[in-house]
Amino acid sequence: MPDALPTAAESRLDSAIRQLKFRDPETARKLAGTIARVTKEIGRSPVSVMHVCGSHEQAIAKFGLRATFPKDLNVIMGPGCPVCITDMPEVDEGVALARQGLLIASYGDMLKVRGTVQSLNDAQADGADVAVVYSASQAVELARSTDREVVFFATGFETTAVATAAVIRSNPPKNFSVLSAHKYIPPVMEIVAEMPENRVEGFLAAGHAATITGWGIFEAFAEKHRLPVVVAGFEPLDILAGLARLVELVRDREPAVVNMFPRCVTKEGNRRAQEELWSVFRPVGGRWRGIAHVPNGNLRLRDEWAHLDARRRFPIDLASLWDYAPSALTADCICGDIMSGIASPSNCKLFGKECVPDTPVGACMVSSEGTCKIWHQYGGHPDLGAL
Amino acid sequence: MTANLAGSRRTGLALLEERVTLKQGAGGRAMRALIEDIFLDGAPELSPKDVGPLAMDDGAALWIGDRWVVVTTDSHVVHPIFFPGGDIGRLSICGTVNDLAMMGATDVLALTCGAILEEGFPRTDLERVRASMAEACRESGAPIVTGDTKVMGRGEIDGIVLNTTGVAVTNRIVRDCGLRPGDRIVVTGAIGDHGLAIMAARHQLALEGDLRSDVAPINGLIRAALESAGESIVAMKDPTRGGLSSALHEMADKSRVGILLEETRVPVHDAVRAAGDLLGIDPLHVANEGKAVIGVAPEAAELLVETLRAHPLGREAAIVGTCLAERPGQIVLDTGFGRRLLAEPEGEPLPRIC
Repeated sequence: MPDALPTAAESRLDSAIRQLKFRDPETARKLAGTIARVTKEIGRSPVSVMHVCGSHEQAIAKFGLRATFPKDLNVIMGPGCPVCITDMPEVDEGVALARQGLLIASYGDMLKVRGTVQSLNDAQADGADVAVVYSASQAVELARSTDREVVFFATGFETTAVATAAVIRSNPPKNFSVLSAHKYIPPVMEIVAEMPENRVEGFLAAGHAATITGWGIFEAFAEKHRLPVVVAGFEPLDILAGLARLVELVRDREPAVVNMFPRCVTKEGNRRAQEELWSVFRPVGGRWRGIAHVPNGNLRLRDEWAHLDARRRFPIDLASLWDYAPSALTADCICGDIMSGIASPSNCKLFGKECVPDTPVGACMVSSEGTCKIWHQYGGHPDLGAL
Repeated sequence: MTANLAGSRRTGLALLEERVTLKQGAGGRAMRALIEDIFLDGAPELSPKDVGPLAMDDGAALWIGDRWVVVTTDSHVVHPIFFPGGDIGRLSICGTVNDLAMMGATDVLALTCGAILEEGFPRTDLERVRASMAEACRESGAPIVTGDTKVMGRGEIDGIVLNTTGVAVTNRIVRDCGLRPGDRIVVTGAIGDHGLAIMAARHQLALEGDLRSDVAPINGLIRAALESAGESIVAMKDPTRGGLSSALHEMADKSRVGILLEETRVPVHDAVRAAGDLLGIDPLHVANEGKAVIGVAPEAAELLVETLRAHPLGREAAIVGTCLAERPGQIVLDTGFGRRLLAEPEGEPLPRIC
C-alpha cells in the first residue's frame, strides 16, 4: 500500500465511525411513538408533509423508516434529486455540444439521463467525447491537460453550485467553460406549497443545502404560506426528530422555522459560500423536469463571467438532434408526478420492469438520490406492518 | 426459464445479454440466470439420494455404498492477490474446504489445485502464495494430492488464477433448501469483513488498519456445530459472493419461506460498517470467506450459538433471524428503526472479490 493517502482516509474512517453513534434504535422507537401520538392529536387524515431531498428519501428507505410512520401521516418525496430535475432541453444542450466535437465533462449519473432524444452516453456511443468527473475542480484539471475545449456540464443544487462558482473565480484555463444547469431549492418550495394536489402541511428541509444558505432563508417562506419548516440532517434519528418536531408544529398551527440540525446549520449559513455563489450566478426562471416553470429556480452565469459561459461561447445546434426518435417507453414514465409528490414509484407501470437501474427509462431511476432508484435498491415500500 | 428470459430480453430487462458481463460473475440473480441458461442445459439426471448440479448447492453429493461422496470445485480470481488478512492462496483452500463443510462434509479427503500463471508473474509472489496454501491446508487438515500448472502469455490473464477441487465423505448431507417456518437463522460471526477489506485495499483508502479479511477454513467450526446440534441443523450456506443477502435470498427461495432478518443482531464490525457507509456499500451485500449461515430448529438455536462461541472462529456467532411462512423467497429487514425488504444484490459493486 502506498503511504501517500492515509491521513485523510483514516480521518474519514474515524469520522464515519463517530457518525454511527446517531443510530440508537431505542431513541428511534421513542421518536416514532411521538410522531404517532402527535399525528393522532392532529385528528385529520392524512396529514401530508414533504421532504425536499433525495438524501432524506435514501435514509428513510435504507433504515425502513416509512414502515414506522403512522398510516395517517403521509411523508411525500419532493423534487430533491439534482439529476432527476435537470430538464430534458438542458441535457439536449449538453448532447448537442458533445456532438459538435467539444469535450463534455459531467458527473457520472448525468451521462445516463436522457434528453429529448439522447443521453450523453448515447452521444458517446455515437463517437462524441464525454468524460466523467467527480468535482468541478477535476473538470478544470481536465481542461489544463488538453488543448481541446472542455465544457463542464454543471448540475446540482446550491451545494454543488458553490463548488462550480469557486472554480469559475479561480482563473480557469481559456479552454474551460461551464454549461450551468444548477438549480436553487427555495423557489421550488414555493411552487410545491401552492400545488393543490399535494396539500402539504409542512416541509422537512435539507440539512446540507441549509448549511450553505442558513435556516433563516426559510422564515419568509413559512410566514407567507403559513407552513412550518424543519431543517433536518440525514441520520435516522435526525429525520425522526425532525419529523416529530414538524408534526408538533402542524398540530399547533405554528408556521415556524426550526433548526433540528444545529451541529451543521446556523441561521446565517456560510456567508463566504453565499458570496461566491451570488457573485458568479444569478437566479433566472426556467423549467425543472416534471415540475414546470420555476421562477428564480435556475442558476445562470452573470454577465461578467460570459467568457466562461458555454451558452454564450458556442452556438448550440439543437436541430442536429431531431433525427432521432424518442423512446416510446418515455410516454409511460411518470417521473414528473413522482417528483412533485403526486405519485409514488409503485404507481408507475414501468417501475422494476422495463425501468431498472441498468436500463433507466426515467431520470428518477438514474441517480442514487432518485426516488425510483432508491425504492428499487431497498425493495420498495410494501406494507410490512402485518408481520 | 428459457422462455421467461426470452421474454425479458424483449422487454429490455435483460438478465442475459449477448455477451457475458462482470455482473454475471458476481453472485446474485444475474449469475444464477447465466448458470441455469448455459451450464445446466442438459445436466444429468441423478438418483433421488444424490445432490446434483440442478440443486445449485455448495457442492454435489453422490450416494455410494452407505454414505455420500461430496465433490466441489472453485476457481479463485481476486484483486489484489495479497490483501489484509490473507491472499489468493489461503482463499483458494478455504473456499473449497468451506463449500464441502456447508454440505455437512467436514473431514476433507483430498484437494486438487490447478494453477494458471501469467508470463512474468514474480516467483517470490508464487512462493508466498504456495506457503499460504500450505498453512491453510494444515489448519483445515485437507491435503492437496494432485495438481496442474499452466502458463499463459503476458496480458492473456491477470497474474494468477487458482482452481481447487475438494472431495470428502459424510454420513449426513445438509442442504441449503431445508428451512421451515419458525426455524432460526444463525451466523457464525461478523459479516462483511472480507468484501470491505478487499475494496478498501483496492481503492487504496488506507483503511486496512481495522479492516481484515475473515478468510479461514471453518470445517472444524462446522464439525463442532453438527456434533452439538445434530439433526436440528436443517440448512447451511456460506455467504461468499453477494454476501449474507444473496445467501439468505437463495436459501429462502429454495426453501419457499420468508426470512425476518434483524439487522441490529447481525454482527458487523464498526470499521466495516463505517467503510461501507463511506463507499456506499452495504456490508450485507459483500463477500465473507470464513463464515456460515445456519438454519436451525428454534429449540436448538441457543445451544448452537453457545457451541459456536466456544470455538475460536465462532466467538461472535449470533441468532439474526427467523423463518416465516409469509413472503416466500423474500427477506424482510428489521433495521431496528423500521422494516423494509432487503433487495437481492445484482452483482458485486466491484468485480473479482473472491
